[in-house]
Amino acid sequence: MRVPRRFVTAALAVVLPLAVLSCGGRRHGVATVLLDRGSDTMINVAQAWAEAYARVAPEVSVEVAGGGSGVGIAALIEGTVQMANSSRPMKPAERDRLRAARGVDPVQIVAGYDALAVFVHRDNPVASLTLAQLEAVYAEHGAAERWSDLGIRNTACPRDTIIRISRQSSSGTYDFFREVALRNRDFKLGTLELNGSKEVVELVGHTPCAIGYSGMGYATPAVKMVPLARAAGAVAVAPSPRATLDRSYPIARPLYVFVAGEPEGETRRYLDWMLSPPGQAIVAAVGYVPLPAGHTEAGR
Amino acid sequence: MTTGASGAPAAPGRARFRRPPLSVWTERLIETVVIASGVSAVVFVAVILFFVVREAAPVFVSEHFSLREFLFSIEWYPTSLVKVRYGVAAMIVGTLAVTTLAMALAVPFGIGAAIYLSEFCGPRLRETLKIVIELLAAIPSVVWGFLGLTVVNRLLILLFGASVGLNVLNAGLLLALMSVPIVVSIGEDALKAVPDAHREAALAMGATRWQVVYRVLLPAARHGLLAAALLGVGRAVGETMAVLMATGHAVQIPGGLLDPVRTLTANIAAEMGEVSQGSEHYQVLFAIGVLLFAITFLVNLTADLVVRGVRGK
Repeated sequence: MRVPRRFVTAALAVVLPLAVLSCGGRRHGVATVLLDRGSDTMINVAQAWAEAYARVAPEVSVEVAGGGSGVGIAALIEGTVQMANSSRPMKPAERDRLRAARGVDPVQIVAGYDALAVFVHRDNPVASLTLAQLEAVYAEHGAAERWSDLGIRNTACPRDTIIRISRQSSSGTYDFFREVALRNRDFKLGTLELNGSKEVVELVGHTPCAIGYSGMGYATPAVKMVPLARAAGAVAVAPSPRATLDRSYPIARPLYVFVAGEPEGETRRYLDWMLSPPGQAIVAAVGYVPLPAGHTEAGR
Repeated sequence: MTTGASGAPAAPGRARFRRPPLSVWTERLIETVVIASGVSAVVFVAVILFFVVREAAPVFVSEHFSLREFLFSIEWYPTSLVKVRYGVAAMIVGTLAVTTLAMALAVPFGIGAAIYLSEFCGPRLRETLKIVIELLAAIPSVVWGFLGLTVVNRLLILLFGASVGLNVLNAGLLLALMSVPIVVSIGEDALKAVPDAHREAALAMGATRWQVVYRVLLPAARHGLLAAALLGVGRAVGETMAVLMATGHAVQIPGGLLDPVRTLTANIAAEMGEVSQGSEHYQVLFAIGVLLFAITFLVNLTADLVVRGVRGK
């Protein structure tokens, strides 16, 4: 479940001074403060990294803020942060601005992957869906209202209606699914909006008529993940870390961290730790796909 | 208070009857506190209303917002990339549907239970029942919501073949269970307040117990019973957490009891957390708050007029 940003900010506002004060007594203050800003999708993982790193290197404090990928990149260009989290690549215009402002090229680091699985009840006979079918189910004015509209005889669901389950509109998962599966169109009215990835999978598990989406790490035995095809003739690919990494699975994207110029000093140490097995274990723990073992340097 | 003693040189005997200054001050202090408590209710309502209206106000003059769309369109797309739309008609209908169902279940059961408790039940059983009913009122709403999400959800699919278990019926059942204790306790008080002389007179005339209840007690206690029902409505309209979890939180006009809906309160709760302060979406959420104020005011006003109408007869 995503923690509302404002609570996080408020909690940080209370906790940070205390943390600094309490550390100050014992360790003569935090030697280095790294600032990390950007994507709201990545804020959970970025915060988990920062917290875990505080135990690895207590003399370094990493402060994380959200605001969106664009906000983080803008802050990197201004030089107010050392790292920018982004769930999209940097635009050429942004690269140019960074070069003009700071005199260096951005360095792009892939720190993990975000892949959404489409879930149905385990008794649903659907074998695969195309992105166009997914759009017809979910998007406003989409044609598919019943399972039979997709050519599926879902006997577990006597009324045949497709129950569409989504996340609340403020979540990054909602934005990502809307961007990739709905091509930025709106969700159909009457779509159930739930407040957490786990809740979506749980409800799909109880509801034979339902279809829903969440990070693939949330799968349970009560649901099945639907293989997806980019187009009608194409091969349907089941979501898996491997299919995410070789880009054959359609609803996946890398999670980027950008720095201005080759990272040095504490920033470099932090990024190396992020790509190391302990850092990547955190990626998996918050529901994303970690980099494959041995690929950490390739991610750079 | 006597003032004569202060001017003239007081005789020792009379001075003893003057109240000590401490006592006078204490009384004044208590008086002030009581007045302040009384006035504070008005002040709080006024301040809350002012704050809600102030936060909502800018959106009413915004060019993206039209009051007509707000009240009569069912399209709620506050974060759309294509076209932002703020229509809450579906949520108004959702709120009414859930509340009406809850009241249709809670009022007959609640009043029935109140009649049983006050007229038919033995004193020992009554004490036990009252404790249990008060316990029912003490269950936090998030626990009710959890019950709806897990137990009622599955039951509705199993028993009624519902497409999805989070729907009007689920939320209506939960809200009915949550409002019943209020209806029962206030209803019972209202029936108890009817003087025993009424009962005795009716029984002396040869009325059966049922006739006493139907012809004497219910008409005599009607104001109290109406108040009981309306407080139940208030509880149901204002409830947030349980309906957020049990309605399915889907923006649509329900076609039946087994369709998911969204209520106004749940929408505010779900979206206020992450909306950026001062944005148009934030202001529209406050406009929904103003709308809820208006609905509550209308309910109370209607109740008041009805009670007066009943009195007038």
